[in-house]
Amino acid sequence: MPKELQTQSSIAVSHSTNEMKGGGAKALRKKYRDPQHLHPVVNTIISVLLGILAVMCIFPFFYVIIISFTSEESIVRNGFQLVPKDWSIDAYHYLWGMKEQLFRSYGVTIFITIVGTIISVFMITFYAYAISRPQFKYRRFFTFLAFFTMLFSGGLVPTYIVVTQFLGLKNTIWALILPLAMNAFYIIIMRTFFLKSVSESILESARIDGASEWRIFFQIIFPLSLPGIATIALFSTLGYWNDWFTALLYIDEPNLVPLQSLLMKIEANLEFMRQNMDVAIMQSSLFNTIPQESAKMAMVVIATLPIAVSYPFFQKYFISGLTIGGVKE
Amino acid sequence: MKKILSDIYKNRIWLLMVLPGTIWLLLFSYLPMFGQVLAFKKFRIHPDGFFASVINSEWVGWENFEYLFSTSDAWIITRNTLVYNIIFIVVGLIAAVGTAIMLSELVNKKLSKVYQTSILFPHFISWVIGSYFVFTFLSTDHGLLNHVLGWFHIDPISWYSESKYWPFILVFMSLWKGVGYGSIVYLASIVGIDRAYYEAAMIDGASKWKQIKHVTLPMLKPLMIILTIMNIGRIFNSDFGLFYQVPRDSGALYSVTNVIDTFVYRGLMNLGDIGMSTAAGLYQSAVGFTLVIITNYIVRKVDEESALF
Repeated sequence: MPKELQTQSSIAVSHSTNEMKGGGAKALRKKYRDPQHLHPVVNTIISVLLGILAVMCIFPFFYVIIISFTSEESIVRNGFQLVPKDWSIDAYHYLWGMKEQLFRSYGVTIFITIVGTIISVFMITFYAYAISRPQFKYRRFFTFLAFFTMLFSGGLVPTYIVVTQFLGLKNTIWALILPLAMNAFYIIIMRTFFLKSVSESILESARIDGASEWRIFFQIIFPLSLPGIATIALFSTLGYWNDWFTALLYIDEPNLVPLQSLLMKIEANLEFMRQNMDVAIMQSSLFNTIPQESAKMAMVVIATLPIAVSYPFFQKYFISGLTIGGVKE
Repeated sequence: MKKILSDIYKNRIWLLMVLPGTIWLLLFSYLPMFGQVLAFKKFRIHPDGFFASVINSEWVGWENFEYLFSTSDAWIITRNTLVYNIIFIVVGLIAAVGTAIMLSELVNKKLSKVYQTSILFPHFISWVIGSYFVFTFLSTDHGLLNHVLGWFHIDPISWYSESKYWPFILVFMSLWKGVGYGSIVYLASIVGIDRAYYEAAMIDGASKWKQIKHVTLPMLKPLMIILTIMNIGRIFNSDFGLFYQVPRDSGALYSVTNVIDTFVYRGLMNLGDIGMSTAAGLYQSAVGFTLVIITNYIVRKVDEESALF
């Protein structure tokens, strides 16, 4: 308890510390009046409640991993068990049979994530920076142009018709990249960030030194705004990695199917594989039964693993990024 | 004229910066807005491309809307979209603010960080993966829930064809995915509250509960209002993945899982009915737009600081 007090000493108020000195145990037994901390019983209840919530949030992922390592007979006999009777790596072995499609989809996802993130970071930061500058005469008009799209949307069907018929992007890699490249919400957030973090005086001195606006942008603004830009990049990366909707709309071509979308089609794919599986593998009796259920879960694991592994590293940037800028100035 | 040209020349660098974004906005946001006129037309593809198709399609007035609202679907999707969203907004707000306050008050700060990390995890998972997570619990033959029910000698339930359970499942899943993000937004705001307010409250002898009620909650009010206005503006839009992936597109569940977004999608992709789906989409955009304007107007009347614009 005293240590806890020290760590939060910045808010320590004299009368409350005195009360603590005056016999913590007694205060605990009678009326608990330390206004700085929760009552220990309340604290325990909250810890348990939040603990349950925390477990609920990550448990399914571990459960899926367990199922992916369960033998198919065990699943058929006992269902998805937390501690399976027979463990097995058949599911992964089986997925190896469709490795070409898997690697292909991984490649598509990685490509659209990298290219898409670069494009959207540049488009968003340029746009947001320009509309944050008081020298830009038309900034109000362009701010409104972006803001209005948050209020009124073109709707799915007209967007679909524009993308497929006007731009002709159906079954091209650009259909997976361009529709997600901009987001008015991020523009507004970045604009607030620039308004808050870039002071006009730095720019003024750079201008006096004769630096062009482009040079100012790349040599001063960009490094200065890295926390904000990194946040937009992170949002954008996650958006591309997890996207399946644009693929659902615009992609039929197997060569362009991203990972998430492959996962959606996995049932049909497994069926297809079963029909086309190498007879030799079938006969070598590697699989007594085809690991249908566990293979689906193995696929879920393969698709989630990159996020799950990198998650502990990026989540703190994500959290700090949430506070970089509000919608309002 | 000359002045305009010289203004453009003076602002050329800024205009160049907004150019790529403007092109994107025109192509992917404003052109589709223009395409909304298809709601009043019978779409015919014209060989001269998109504009020719839109312009040459025959006007049919309100026919698409009449057709849309003559089906029972219009009522079902409107009801589902609105009721689910109202529940999500209310329950989501309480859960997020409650969790944020609990996280901030937890004595053990390390534990609080660990909890934050796990609670936020579902936010980064796509609904495709989320639907498999749900499937491990709800699968009729192998799922954990039916297994547990078996211990109590309850017959297995075929979850994906019994619509009565789905309102609860969908609300639960929406919370599962959203509470982490929401609570961390509020937590960031709580951390930013000036400690002096708490000190003053403590000197006045305020208990922890009173501090939460009279300092934390009032300080969070502007953020709660802004986020709620934004949610009300989107009350006619739903999280497509939640309603399409999680119920695995099961037809037996449409009465409780079909929302405007899924209806428009199915109208376009499965039925190819462009007129009616555009009409449904325009209905969604127009009502959403009206709602956000009205909400913002009311908020501005009550408390100008909290208004979004």
